[in-house]
Amino acid sequence: MAKEKKGVRLEHIVKIYQDPKTKKDFRAVDDVNLEIEPGSFVTLLGPSGCGKTTTLRMIAGFESPDSGEIYLGDQAINALTPNKRDTAMVFQSYALFPHYNVFDNVAYGLKLRKLPGDEIRKKVMDMLDLVELTGMEGRQTNQLSGGQQQRVALARALVVEPGVLLFDEPLSNLDAKLRVSMRTEIRKIQQKVGITAVYVTHDQSEAMSISDEIIIMNKGRIEQMGTPREIYYHPSSRFVADFIGEANFLQAKVKSMDGETAVVNVDEHDMTVKNYSKAAVGETATMVIRPEAAVLRDEGLLPCKIVLSTFMGAYQYYHAMAGGELIQITDYNPVGRRIYQVGEQAHLDFSPESVYII
Amino acid sequence: MDKRKSRELDRKKLLGDPILVLTIIALILFLVMFIAYPLFTLLVDSVYYDKKISLDAFVRIFRQASFRGVIRNTLFLGVVSGVLSTAIGFLFAYVDCYVKVKFKRMFNVVSVLPVVSPPFVLSLSVIMLFGRSGLITKYLLGIRGANIQGLPGLLIVQTLTFFPVCYLMLKGLLKNIDPSLEESARNLGASRMKVFTSVTLPLLAPGLGNAFLVTFIEAVADFTNPMMIGGNYDTLATSIYLQITGSYDVTGAAAMAVILLGLTMVLFILEKYWLERKTYTTLSGKASRERMPITEKSVTIPLTVICLGLTVFVISLYALIPFGALFKLWGRDYSLVWTHVEYVLTSDLKPFTDSLLLAVIAAPITAILSMIIAYLVVKRKFFGKRFIEFVSMFAMAVPGTVLGIGYIRGFNQGIFRSGHLVLTGTAAIIVLAFIVRSLPVGTRAGITALQQIDKSIEESAYDLGADSGTVFTTVTLPLIKDSFFSGLVTAFVRSMTATSAVIFLVSPSFQLITPQIMAQAEIGRYGEACAYATILIAIVYAAILFMNIGLKYFGSSRKVRGTD
Repeated sequence: MAKEKKGVRLEHIVKIYQDPKTKKDFRAVDDVNLEIEPGSFVTLLGPSGCGKTTTLRMIAGFESPDSGEIYLGDQAINALTPNKRDTAMVFQSYALFPHYNVFDNVAYGLKLRKLPGDEIRKKVMDMLDLVELTGMEGRQTNQLSGGQQQRVALARALVVEPGVLLFDEPLSNLDAKLRVSMRTEIRKIQQKVGITAVYVTHDQSEAMSISDEIIIMNKGRIEQMGTPREIYYHPSSRFVADFIGEANFLQAKVKSMDGETAVVNVDEHDMTVKNYSKAAVGETATMVIRPEAAVLRDEGLLPCKIVLSTFMGAYQYYHAMAGGELIQITDYNPVGRRIYQVGEQAHLDFSPESVYII
Repeated sequence: MDKRKSRELDRKKLLGDPILVLTIIALILFLVMFIAYPLFTLLVDSVYYDKKISLDAFVRIFRQASFRGVIRNTLFLGVVSGVLSTAIGFLFAYVDCYVKVKFKRMFNVVSVLPVVSPPFVLSLSVIMLFGRSGLITKYLLGIRGANIQGLPGLLIVQTLTFFPVCYLMLKGLLKNIDPSLEESARNLGASRMKVFTSVTLPLLAPGLGNAFLVTFIEAVADFTNPMMIGGNYDTLATSIYLQITGSYDVTGAAAMAVILLGLTMVLFILEKYWLERKTYTTLSGKASRERMPITEKSVTIPLTVICLGLTVFVISLYALIPFGALFKLWGRDYSLVWTHVEYVLTSDLKPFTDSLLLAVIAAPITAILSMIIAYLVVKRKFFGKRFIEFVSMFAMAVPGTVLGIGYIRGFNQGIFRSGHLVLTGTAAIIVLAFIVRSLPVGTRAGITALQQIDKSIEESAYDLGADSGTVFTTVTLPLIKDSFFSGLVTAFVRSMTATSAVIFLVSPSFQLITPQIMAQAEIGRYGEACAYATILIAIVYAAILFMNIGLKYFGSSRKVRGTD
């Protein structure tokens, strides 16, 4: 791509909406600061109503922030209308023009830029090639499958060579299998073109598989930013740990600390875990156990009682009561290991690297 | 922190779009000059006299016992017409949606006829059937001196003219009631009657109120029917006309117009902001399944008889008009002659050419204006939006008579009596009246069509670099082509058949068909009146036919939209 890729910078962005029922103002986006590197793929992830789509629409220019400034590259763009911004968006509903065929849809932005006809033709054909829709240019949009419509929407946004590509939950209208293959596709094309992409989704596995960096939002605020790996293994809050993947929480008393590790006490049992907590010795911290991080053994760190045991094919799924909490455990590949039945006593066991306090 | 910053940024973005800003300013100017200003002039006229403000005009007209009678008449007519139309409209809607009846397609004819016909044809045919020398009263029943003129005739005519509107409104609502609501009531043990009174009727109550108010406004604002068949039963609309043409009492007429306007305005606001909001539109969306129609003979037979009877009656009333043009002398000599048609076609054709020309000019302007207003109201946020929305919708509730004398008073000596824009007697003032009279209908249709378009389609065009004008012409307009074309035809039809507003505005240099028909009917020349009306209806039908062919040729936007 000939054009330079641009970064995006949000400084103290606030957006206030009025609750239609209570007539009270509330902050849909609350003091969001973020810096997106040129060429990177960044995902805004969060539950519905967390402000992620509003943030994206402010970058596109459909909404105006109530405070703060948005930069595209070095340019402050707050006062620019969406058509003057160097962004292109792929919409949740695809928003293809129903009165145009595939070619005209993709050519729309180029025609607006008054490119000569043969150049438009070439660019559109190259782009359809890239999204693997060669030969479809004469089709009406309603003759396409959901995945194909999605590709047209992507091609239409990419062809104008925007500084930043915006995605608003683009895969949520597709069925589960197609969703998985399309996200790989989108990632592949983004890396091929090397464009900056901001992606909004509420689907964590989509976010994990597609992004260089994930931004977790909650109630209008940024909870955590980081690579998928950092966010999964090193969540900064209980919200993030709970939102990304499955997580079990136990209250643990900190007995001693040694840099990255800590010895904690749960239910009168001492164990060594990783320490990401700011809690001091003697205080209580939250211990996070991912369901795949612990296994059940006859002897182990924490005694528990099995209350549910289900065969799920790829894994054995348990609920176990330990330390007064219900712990979910997924035992992958249990072949050759003992399967515990409901009512049996067992012990939770894990290595100190895979369990941490926050 | 308040929301000032986002508002300011929105404003800046708006200003970055000069076409949009110019359009908005031009629109507001248009609405102010040709709707708000003339009405305001009437208000000033009624209280400002001899260089001082006084309520003398109101005191004067209210002292007249006859005027107090007029007010009573108007309200009574509105209420009774409203109740009757709503009831019959509801009957038709209910039968259409709930009962297995064979002749449903005829309901469509009934619902279309009043839209495409001049407003007074029913008066004409009712007089011809039941009047002093009516076909039925005199010829068949041998009654001498039968008099249909007055309240009874007026009620029949207004009810038959307005109930199809109620039918269409209520049908839309009934269609949207999910049948499973009623089925679950039935399942819980309610009888059919109980289901009707405890589920269907309560759900529909706001809609019934709405239909009643809409007809109330129409009945009160109606000018042509009271003129033709009202006899001595004077209403506000006719009194205003007589006050000007008979007594040359402009101040008095202005005061009456203000009262009539006030009345319709209150009704309109009641309808728009109170009842419309109560309507249970959300509980439905699309009906999940087809409703099982009622097939019990004890229900279907009486309902079929009633509805079919009314339908046949209404259709034959309309069908009478061409025959009226062919009989030699209505009431005396029913031999077929061409003389009336010949008279109309050989005498001055100016009313036809003028009507056609002015309607052809007004229709596209109206259609484009209403689509632009609809677009701005549905899709854009800007300062003055509520004003545009309110004024363009409110024009629906402005009686034609009021608008007409507003135009005369407002533009007789130019705008604000400045000598500029002296429009009286010009073609422009008639065209403007046509536009303003049809604008609300077109706007409403446009709004409905636009609300069905996913806003992200336009956003994506905007995002790809199109400015507002380009988005409108390349995306919005092609997607609402259907409602644009039907708006075009509706505007044409309404302009061709408009009477009340333009009756004050015609002049020797610009004549129209409708005042001609009224004039002929008033002096009892029903043959000529019918001949005029027949040709008018023929032109209107031709236009509708033309649109349907045009739609087939250009392709319908519904085809494109529907499949997604």
